Amino acid sequence: MRIVVCLKQVPATTSEKRYTADLRLDRAASEAVINPLDEYAIEQALRLQEAGSVDSVGFLSMGPEPATEALRRALAMGGDDATLVTDPALGGADTWATARVLATALDKLAPDVSLMGMASDDARGSLVPGAVAALRGLPLLSYGSELRIEGTAARVRRLTATGFDIIEAPLPVVASVTDQVGEPRYASLKGIMAAKRKPMETWSLADIGLAADDLHGAALTRVIEARKPEAKAPTERVENVSADEAVTRIADWLAARKLI
Amino acid sequence: MTYRATPDQDELRAMVRTLAEEQIAPRAAEIDAKAEFPWDLKELLAKQDLLGTSFPARFGGTELDNVSQAILVEEVARVDATTSLIPIVQKLGSLPIHIAGSAEQQARYFPRLASGEWLAAFGLTEAGAGSDVAAIRMRARRDGDGYVLSGSKRFITHGSIANLVTVFASTDPDAGRRGLSGFIVEADTPGFSAPRVEHKMGIRGSPTAELAFDDVRVPLANRLGEEGEGFAIAMATLDRSRLAIAAQAVGIAQGATDYALRYASERRQFGGRLADLQGIQFMLADMASSTEAARQLTYAAAAAVDANAPDLAYWTSSAKLIAGDTAMRVTTDAVQVLGGYGYVTEYPVERMMRDAKITQLYEGTQQIQRLIVARQLLRRAGVARP
Repeated sequence: MRIVVCLKQVPATTSEKRYTADLRLDRAASEAVINPLDEYAIEQALRLQEAGSVDSVGFLSMGPEPATEALRRALAMGGDDATLVTDPALGGADTWATARVLATALDKLAPDVSLMGMASDDARGSLVPGAVAALRGLPLLSYGSELRIEGTAARVRRLTATGFDIIEAPLPVVASVTDQVGEPRYASLKGIMAAKRKPMETWSLADIGLAADDLHGAALTRVIEARKPEAKAPTERVENVSADEAVTRIADWLAARKLI
Repeated sequence: MTYRATPDQDELRAMVRTLAEEQIAPRAAEIDAKAEFPWDLKELLAKQDLLGTSFPARFGGTELDNVSQAILVEEVARVDATTSLIPIVQKLGSLPIHIAGSAEQQARYFPRLASGEWLAAFGLTEAGAGSDVAAIRMRARRDGDGYVLSGSKRFITHGSIANLVTVFASTDPDAGRRGLSGFIVEADTPGFSAPRVEHKMGIRGSPTAELAFDDVRVPLANRLGEEGEGFAIAMATLDRSRLAIAAQAVGIAQGATDYALRYASERRQFGGRLADLQGIQFMLADMASSTEAARQLTYAAAAAVDANAPDLAYWTSSAKLIAGDTAMRVTTDAVQVLGGYGYVTEYPVERMMRDAKITQLYEGTQQIQRLIVARQLLRRAGVARP
C-alpha cells in the first residue's frame, strides 16, 4: 500500500506576495515554505504509515528547482522518497497545466492513494485534486477530515454543515484532506538528518512522456491583473496603547455597532 | 578567522527557531510567573531529538559539533532562558561521564540521557564552597565494595528533578582539592533527597535545589575515574560547559535586541516612530553589534572545544565573560528602549533582564572567568606561577 502526497512550495503566508512584470508570483522575493494546507496531507499519510495501513509514503511536487527544499522538508517529517517534476516549459503553469503534469507523473508513480491538501495557500483554487482525478479517470475523495484505508477501499470522513459524510471508493483513488486531520508534526533532528539520505528524483517533462506542446504554453488561462483589495470602509487602527486599553477600545467599537 | 554557519547549522537554527517561536515563546511568561519546570517542553525537546545532541550516535544521540550545540541553546534562550537550561544541564550533568566515565558507565547511562528519558544534573557547589571548590566538605567514605556519601550540595540546577546527579565529594579531606572524587548518583538511591528549592530572581522555571546526602551508598562501579581525580574532572567539565552559558547569554541578548527593535519600529512618539530617533538608533546599534561580537566569540570558543584545543578554557571563559556582560547590558538597554512598558511583566524584556543576570554568576562568576583568562595569558607568556 503506497501513498504519494502532492505538495507545493509557496511563499510564506506571512510574507507579502510580489509579482513579476508578467504577473507571475515572484518566488525569489519571499521565504518559501511547504503549502501549509499540504502539511495536513503529509501528516495524514504519515499517520497511516505509523498505524501500519500504508507501507510507503512518497512525495511529489511540480515547480522550479528550489522546490527540492520543500520535498526535503517533507522527507524530514517522514516518508520514504520524493520526486520533483521541473522543466523550463512549466514556468507560469496554471491550474490545468499543473493538474495535467501531476496526473501524468502520478500515472507513472501509480500509488494506491494520491493525496493532496485541500487548496494551495498562494492560489487557493482548490481545483487540482478534482482535475487530477478527472484526468486520471479515478474516484475523488475530497475535503476529508480523516482518510482511512479499509481493505481494498479508501474512505474519507467529510465534515458538513449537518454532520459528517462518509465517502468510500475502491483503490486507487485521488483524495484531498482538510486541516481537520490533526496538527502537522515538526521535523525532528534525526528526521532532518535522515532526510538527506532519502532518494529524491528529478523528472523533466520528457521523463513523464509529455511535450511542451501538450501544455499549450503551460497555461490555458492568463492573469490580466493582480492588485490589493480596496478597503470597503474607512479602517480604524488601535495602535501604541496598552493591551488593556486596546481591549477596551475594540470592545467599545464593537458594542457601538451592537456586534457584542 | 571567521565562523560561518554551514548549511546544516543554518537548517538546525531554522528548525529550532520555528519550534521556539511556536511552542516555547508562548509559554515563557507563564513559566516565569509560576516558577514551574516546563515538563511539556522537556518532552517536546526530547521528541525532537534536541536533548541528545552531545551524545554519540551509538547511544542514540545526534553527536552535533559544539557550534551546532551553541546554536540550539541560543535559539531556545532567545525566547526563554529557563527552557534553554534543559539541553544545557543535560550536557553539564553528563559531561563528567563523557570526560571520565568508563565505557560501561557510558553504555549504562547515555541511552537514557540521549533520549531525554532521564535528566542529569551536576553537583559541585556547596553552601560554603562556591568559587572555592577546594572547600568542599561533602565526604565519600570507602565502605566495602562502594562508598558512603554524606553532606549537602547547594544551587544545583535541576537537582530536584534529575534522575542522575554527577557529584563531587572528598575521599581524602587532608588532601584538599586533590582529595576530591567524582560519583554518579541515581536520584532514587536511599538517603538522597532534594529538601529545598531556591526562590530566584530569574530562570524561575528551572529548579535550583539543595541536595542532601544522608549516608547514600554508591557502588564502586559509579565512581568517575580514580580517587582524587574529582577536581580535574569538575574543572574539565566547566571548561567545556560554560560554552553553553555563553550561548545562552547570546540568545537572551538576541531576544532582547529583536524585541526592542520591533517595539521601536511600532511605537509612535513625538509624531513618528521611536526607531526614527537617533538616540534609540544608537542604542539598537550597540545592542545588535555587541550581541554579534559575543556570538562570534562564542562560536570561536565552540570551535576550540571541537578541536579539544589545549587553551580551550581561555576561549570558553572569554566567551562566557563577554557574552554574559553583553546579555546584562543589552537586556538593560532593551528595558530602556521600551521605557515604562519595559519594566512591567506585560512585556518580556524585564524577564530577559532578570534572566540575563544569572549568566554573570553561574558556572563561574565573571571574576572567576577573568582569573582563568589571566592564568592562560600568563601561561602563554611563560610567566605562570608553577
